[in-house]
Amino acid sequence: MITAGIDMGAKTIKVVIVKDNKIVARSMNPTGFEPVQTAEKTLEEAIKQAGISRGDIKKILTTGAGRKSIPFADNSVTEVTADAKGINYLLPSVRTIVDIGAEEARGISSDASGRVLDFSKNDKCAAGAGAFVESMSRALELTVPLMIEISHKSTKDAPINATCAVFAESEVVSLIHTKIDKADIAHAVHDAIASRVCSMVRRIPIEKDVALIGGVANNTAIVEAMKKHLGVEIKVPEKPEYVSALGAALLAAA
Amino acid sequence: MTTVTKYKTAPLKCWQKGKELRLEAYRDLATGHEQGKLMVLGCAATPYGMLAGLGDFVFLAGEPYGASVAADPPVSIPAMELYEAKGYARDMCGYMRNFLGTMFQDKYYFTGGPFPKFDFAWSVRHCPAGHPKWHQIVSEYQGIPMNYIDDETMLGTDGDQQARIDYVAGQYLDSIEWMEKITKRKYDDEKGIEAMRNYFINEGLWGEINLLNGAIPAPLDIKSMFALMPISMLRRHEKVAIEFLTELRDELKERIADKIAAVPNERYRMCMLTPPPWSFLKVFRYLENYGVVFAGTYVYLINSGEVKFLYDEGKVVPATPPEKRPGWKTMKNREDLCRTVARWRAEHPFQSHLETRKKEYVIMFKHWKANAYLLLINRGCVPMTTSMYDFQRDLNRQGIPTSMFEGNFADCRDIDETGVLDRLETFLEGQGIQKIQSL
Repeated sequence: MITAGIDMGAKTIKVVIVKDNKIVARSMNPTGFEPVQTAEKTLEEAIKQAGISRGDIKKILTTGAGRKSIPFADNSVTEVTADAKGINYLLPSVRTIVDIGAEEARGISSDASGRVLDFSKNDKCAAGAGAFVESMSRALELTVPLMIEISHKSTKDAPINATCAVFAESEVVSLIHTKIDKADIAHAVHDAIASRVCSMVRRIPIEKDVALIGGVANNTAIVEAMKKHLGVEIKVPEKPEYVSALGAALLAAA
Repeated sequence: MTTVTKYKTAPLKCWQKGKELRLEAYRDLATGHEQGKLMVLGCAATPYGMLAGLGDFVFLAGEPYGASVAADPPVSIPAMELYEAKGYARDMCGYMRNFLGTMFQDKYYFTGGPFPKFDFAWSVRHCPAGHPKWHQIVSEYQGIPMNYIDDETMLGTDGDQQARIDYVAGQYLDSIEWMEKITKRKYDDEKGIEAMRNYFINEGLWGEINLLNGAIPAPLDIKSMFALMPISMLRRHEKVAIEFLTELRDELKERIADKIAAVPNERYRMCMLTPPPWSFLKVFRYLENYGVVFAGTYVYLINSGEVKFLYDEGKVVPATPPEKRPGWKTMKNREDLCRTVARWRAEHPFQSHLETRKKEYVIMFKHWKANAYLLLINRGCVPMTTSMYDFQRDLNRQGIPTSMFEGNFADCRDIDETGVLDRLETFLEGQGIQKIQSL
């Protein structure tokens, strides 16, 4: 059976196609201003990659912030349910999932079958999400990859106390003016994000193993900071930004 | 595919009568002086039946009024903007902001006419978040006297309860003298006692009505419950309220016997601890698409209603009026009235300590045969949010699922409706409940 999962994310749309419980294609595009067309385009790219035709797909399930906007989908599922299913497929030992996307972060507690037991979300606060990293990289006049790289070279702690992205940006600007090393500022930014996310995740029971997924999981500096704040090892699956779409594809086949 | 049991449903027979009684109460609030009645402002928990000793009166409980305004964003937003323009803070009581906003506009919500001018404010100080401040602002703005009964001390679990009752009863006695002085009316003890008897009976009836929703299927949906609540909230000193609430109770009993449901596709039962977000009541109708019925909310079980918790047995039963309880005196004079009211307040679940409330929440969860609690971190009410995370932990520890959301119950600008729905959908998905149309 061939199914597709579409993650209608705030910043990017991801598609995963699953055939007989195996991933056969992944594709991703920026969401842009025409999400339905982008979803269509991303799905077509994945279909091409899988070497199948559209008619071969038996069911399409959407997830993500814009999950209800896709007219050609069969049904939708929330990100929390999709995340739990996706990680259960990739890393079955995981019981706590931290998903940090562009605009939202969430913590999920799940059982051995991938069923959601509890969850917490940060809703509209940007200070614990990927968009904040990008905003801070602009303030530091660095690319995100470079900001991650220099963050690992930090030797001193620089304080960022603000709990709000807007005020944190002001603090970063102040730190720049006080000639604090960019590496230390970059490290402080990552640490602040991890601190906020971890305090939100602590609302649910944190049981091992713990996995970090979502686009931000590719940021090794945040992974390090998360380890420090949660005090546990963090597992990051391959291509962590596709976990929600994968979960949706798997649920479509269920 | 999930099988959804379908129940019979039917509109409430007494619905129209309830609407008329509610409208009558709101109309009286606009024309009280024309009818020669005293106009009094206070908190909804105030034992305002005592005012009957001064003659006919209309009591405007600020909270239900604030909730009504809040439920109507085109009215609520400009009212709150005017309140803010006058320099008052946005983080104060949401009800107060709506109330004061329409007062500053000089628009009474229910008629569009001038805002009521009160003779005085008289209230229990049941809400530490700012209700005394609220009435102080009205008092200064309208130039009216105010008097408060300090009974917050009742929330303690230790110490001398009798001394507390003496302290509060003394204040009621003093406040009656104060009311006689400012109104230049003589207080008729008999009338005060009779109205408070009605008040106690109505509290018991409203509590019993809430308890009847423990039946499966629930005979009353929460939105209708909110719509009928003003009768109990605003008129519980009146015989007409007893007649109506008795009729409603009896009709609910008939519905239970005939298995007539409020939500025909009921399959998942929830309950709340707090008031709902008033501008977002459609959330309850939306959730009916999932087969979710809200059996009740704790706060309105014990605010304008009364029940008796049997903690050792883990049960809850309807409350009997104080005078019929073992060891209570029949009220014969003013002293009896004040002492009965003080003791009744002291022993009312409304005054339960937070630790006792935890037990009550679990008892109600079981009584309502609920599957989960919906919890609100209310940005518009500090007391209603106090200890909410503690309550959640406690409920979860006892295996009770909870879904929590944050927002202001009385400021539509301060609640993310899409976010709340997303959160609820996620929660229900985790509980194995999907939208019925999508099955």
